[in-house]
Amino acid sequence: MYRSTSGHINYTFKDLKTLMAKATPFRSGDALAGLVADSHQERVAAQICLANLPLSVFLQEMLIPYETDEITQLIFDTHDQKSFSQISSFTVGEFRDWLLSEQTDQAVIDMIRPGLTPEMIAAVSKIMRNQDLILVASKIEIVTRFRNTIGLKGRFSTRLQPNHPTDDLKGIAASIIDGLFYGNGDAVIGINPAKDDIQNTAAILNMLNELISRFSIPTQSSVLCHLTTTLQLIEKKAPVDLIFQSIGGTQKTNDSFGINLKMLQEAYDAGLSIQRGTVGQNFMYFETGQGSSLSANAHSGVDQQTCEARAYAVARKFNPMLVNSVVGFIGPEYLYDGKQITRAALEDHFCGKMMGLPMGMDICYTNHAEADANDMDNLLVLMGAAGCNFIMGVPGTDDIMLNYQSTSFHDAMFVRKMFHLKPAPEFENWLMDNGWMDEKGIMQLPNTAHPMLQYLQS
Amino acid sequence: MIEKKISKDAWEILRQYTDARIALGRTGSSLSTQNILSLNEAHAQARDSIYKHFDKNSIEQSLLQLHHEVFLLNSKVRDKKEFLLRPDLGRRLCDDSITVIQKANIKKAFDVCISVSDGLSATAVNSHAIPFIGHLLKKLIDANLSIAPICLIENGRVAISDEIGSLLKAKVSIILIGERPGLSSSDSMGVYLTYHPKVGNTDEQRNCVSNIRLGGMPFEEAAREIFILTAASIRLNMGGTLLKNSLSITDNQ
Repeated sequence: MYRSTSGHINYTFKDLKTLMAKATPFRSGDALAGLVADSHQERVAAQICLANLPLSVFLQEMLIPYETDEITQLIFDTHDQKSFSQISSFTVGEFRDWLLSEQTDQAVIDMIRPGLTPEMIAAVSKIMRNQDLILVASKIEIVTRFRNTIGLKGRFSTRLQPNHPTDDLKGIAASIIDGLFYGNGDAVIGINPAKDDIQNTAAILNMLNELISRFSIPTQSSVLCHLTTTLQLIEKKAPVDLIFQSIGGTQKTNDSFGINLKMLQEAYDAGLSIQRGTVGQNFMYFETGQGSSLSANAHSGVDQQTCEARAYAVARKFNPMLVNSVVGFIGPEYLYDGKQITRAALEDHFCGKMMGLPMGMDICYTNHAEADANDMDNLLVLMGAAGCNFIMGVPGTDDIMLNYQSTSFHDAMFVRKMFHLKPAPEFENWLMDNGWMDEKGIMQLPNTAHPMLQYLQS
Repeated sequence: MIEKKISKDAWEILRQYTDARIALGRTGSSLSTQNILSLNEAHAQARDSIYKHFDKNSIEQSLLQLHHEVFLLNSKVRDKKEFLLRPDLGRRLCDDSITVIQKANIKKAFDVCISVSDGLSATAVNSHAIPFIGHLLKKLIDANLSIAPICLIENGRVAISDEIGSLLKAKVSIILIGERPGLSSSDSMGVYLTYHPKVGNTDEQRNCVSNIRLGGMPFEEAAREIFILTAASIRLNMGGTLLKNSLSITDNQ
């Protein structure tokens, strides 16, 4: 039982997960789950109570029981007491103050990271303002490598997302070429297939592999099919670069995705065996998003942001190349409007970086959410300021397969220009060698004789 | 005179391969005024399709002309905002609507019941429900399948077809529903089929044909596919993933 007083009213919270949920800035998904504070004042009382809790509480009280959840097991079995001992005297509030202080830099955060659990990070994020989430995340550089180097300070990358409603190979290729001419695609060229079967996904992979080889593009590809499909593709010697999977923060959520930690380990081992990276071997690609646990009726009374942070414990076990939250995709019953989507994106990016993940963001919304392109422009600027590793690049923001709006190729040029950011170094060199980008990072019109312009005509 | 500065893209020819918004050109690194306005227009159409009036009466009139009885029903949802925030309420009929069905005092069971709901795009069902139902009814009648009165439901989610199907004692419950509107398709209709409908069924127990619209899946083809699934579902006593798998095994043989 946790107690707190605000404005002469006494509040009690029956357990840690209830306290966490009630301390969370309001969002529709927690309301749908019946977990939100009953009033603004109760929310602040919960935040005050949470801020006064020692971080060590999170090592004593599990939000989801160890016996029934393999992610709780993973979190506790891999927790490093020695790293934690350096901050073990902190309360959650003191942890926030410490993270924001001048002396806390990347090196110190790296040192204590093995002592952090996702629940501790989620807790501190709940009492942080948006600017705090931006400032602390911007201190952290998480660099990963496969065929290029993603996440360096001063760099900003994109996943080129050339989806097509029927997986038409020429249609996909047309969008890829468009994106490359706009300097997109350094994080990955990643396709959500309309059909998740072997023949179809293999055909897309082969096309991507051929395109990347023919034009010596220093990037990696991914077909975002189910893990089990990718494993079969690897078995059939298809050219798999990054292995994709959606993951959640509870065992039951992952059950609903048809995966578990053992299967992820098998996929990781299969990836290790093929060694297709040239500058590094980070080859897992994970997508997450607040609300997936509630949507699968698998949240066990834990708020959606804390469930999300727990998914990052799953991700960090497998040294991923890329992780992104698909923040606004899930719809208004989980994140109602631009304000809630923005807050969730900042939380996810902060929590991911604190957990040591190469965090990107699908800055996106659906047409039934109370959000529009201006909300996404705002969030894009915030993500640039926070040092996000990558965003999506979709032709004209309009994903014609998934029917939602993400960031466009133009948006990537905008954010690079505003924050003086460059693509991944290998990819930048490639763009410059082609004459598509000048030394100031400004995109140039391609020479009409360039073979890529002829690629689909031949 | 200052020169206008929109750069066109040399690869506009690639637009023949995809409906994606490629080769848009740019001014500096930004989209041209024309492109911004066309995106705004598409977004406006998608937004309006969600809040558009579900024209139940006109659909009812058309169905009566096809000599088909109609029930006008509501989910437990009171308005569109609640519809968006409370999917659980959109999956259940309101008490008055349950009474409407019970009062009809239908004794017999049916092979098929058909429902229509606005869902997330009233535009979709306002214009596509009737042509689709026309094709589907013909095939169902030709196959001697019995059809329950058609239910038109305001603010329904897919799973409301479970409750309706069980109240009407139907073997298969079919629902036509407005899909989440995309920027390039604000009028997409989805059709979901559930074998042995009962409250609490989950999505893997359903079969679906989506993207039904002009320029998408044609009405007649969609109706044929739903008819084949319906007939197979009744014949094999199964639905959803099980049905899909057993049909694809048959296809491969």
